Amino acid sequence: MEDLKIIYLDNAATTKTAPEVTEAMLPYFTGIYGNPSSVYSLGASAKKAVMDARDLIASTLGAKSNEIYFTGGGSEADNWALIATAEAYASKGRHIITSKIEHHAILHTCGYLEKRGYEISYIDVDENGIIKLEELKAAIRPDTILISVMFANNEIGTIQPIKEIGTIAKERGIIFHTDAVQAYAHVPISVDEMNIDMLSASGHKFHGPKGIGFLYIRTGIKIKSFLHGGGQERGRRAGTENVPGIVGLGKAAQLAFEHLEERAGKETRLRDYLIKRIGEEVPYCKLNGDAGRRLANNVNYSFRFIEGESLLISLDRKGICASSGSACTSGSLDPSHVLLAIGLPHEIAHGSLRLTVSEENTIEEMEKTVEAVKEIVERLRNMSPLYEDFIKSNKNV
Amino acid sequence: MYSDKVMDHFENPRNVGEIENASGIGTVGNAKCGDIMRIYLDIDDDGVIKDCKFKTFGCGAAVATSSMATELVKGKSIEEAMKVTNKAVMEALDGLPPVKVHCSLLAEEAIHAALWDYAQKNGIEISGLQKPKSDIHEGEEDGEEY
Repeated sequence: MEDLKIIYLDNAATTKTAPEVTEAMLPYFTGIYGNPSSVYSLGASAKKAVMDARDLIASTLGAKSNEIYFTGGGSEADNWALIATAEAYASKGRHIITSKIEHHAILHTCGYLEKRGYEISYIDVDENGIIKLEELKAAIRPDTILISVMFANNEIGTIQPIKEIGTIAKERGIIFHTDAVQAYAHVPISVDEMNIDMLSASGHKFHGPKGIGFLYIRTGIKIKSFLHGGGQERGRRAGTENVPGIVGLGKAAQLAFEHLEERAGKETRLRDYLIKRIGEEVPYCKLNGDAGRRLANNVNYSFRFIEGESLLISLDRKGICASSGSACTSGSLDPSHVLLAIGLPHEIAHGSLRLTVSEENTIEEMEKTVEAVKEIVERLRNMSPLYEDFIKSNKNV
Repeated sequence: MYSDKVMDHFENPRNVGEIENASGIGTVGNAKCGDIMRIYLDIDDDGVIKDCKFKTFGCGAAVATSSMATELVKGKSIEEAMKVTNKAVMEALDGLPPVKVHCSLLAEEAIHAALWDYAQKNGIEISGLQKPKSDIHEGEEDGEEY
């Protein structure tokens, strides 16, 4: 493995921290280690760095600086948004609407709220993973307090009609939260134009550090404090700020927004190369997710008659890092809830492969990947009883 | 995550394939859960397993346990093959991660299912052998619900 050059195609899982980001962070571990809450100038320098990052991130969303709250990542932001809104608005109602293809940070938090007397409506998606807006509208009740729908899906890359959902929510006076962990710093987002009241994002999905993210909360939303014990984050999220993390998050956002279109263009070319060649050269496969409304970095294919984990470990032996919605990769018996929600039968969902590119990947890497996928799929099919049965039943027809 | 032995049997599986006019065939597991194993046995008149082949749809551990199971029963008598338990398969592979133990159980079941098929075809009884519970000889399950 050591001498094998890694082809990293799992950028939806995490990204490589950009060297500029690491460089920007380093002084805040060493020289500028002061606590932002302290009065002396060492603390003030740290405080200024946090303020600068907050200003920058606010500007990328068309938001105000005091609407950005740093968190320990995307999952924390999702948990906070749902639980604290549910608690704050319980007197208005206890009904929340979300989709069936949310990240577990949303779905499991919804499960937690259900146990505490809240009702959750899980809206269906179509075969491409786009939320059914009519169903969403029909689910709205007088006691609906929150709609939470992800901006873009982490597995199949489908981008949701966020502006339409935001408009529906605004018209009915319902708070709208979006989990934008996969979308922020990848696609342009305007919280005002899209009527977004809350938005979760995570640093390590766009070449920033892990363990840092933020929650955007529109002014006027009465959300409860998440952590108690200090005045940080306007008293809503206590705890000494992760200054190096916040600085890194800000730097990563700056880099991403400076090159947003350029990056997306590069990624789209790589993505479309993979989609085209795999689709044409591997028999019995299916592209999962919407072909058009799709993140620039996401490829997700299902290959019939094979299982995803064996595909992943075979790719890993060739230095290719990828991901799958197979049950075996999650430790449960069921394959990905997203793939089941778009209507894939279990056995086809088990045979899924997600490849998520970054602008750093090359066409040569894509060529190698296509060749590897072809070879491995063929090898696994040759040992698959499902394939054997399929070939035999075709011969008999 | 996997031992070197598991990786070796996954990458270079022994005895992959089919046996024409096999003495016994057993297919266990189901596609819904993501594992299907099929074992073919060629058993001679003295009750010795002359050849054993497999086909598996499943994860790395499923392939490796199938491969190891075929190695362990090949050349053995039926009585000896009956003693090839999931534990024996796991030990021979230098262990499996806890979430993959069910793969070794499936391998044991697949051998038993193939022996059951052999016993049925020949009207004999194999001591200690019961009708396999997850035999899906009739084909894969349908009627998905989600």
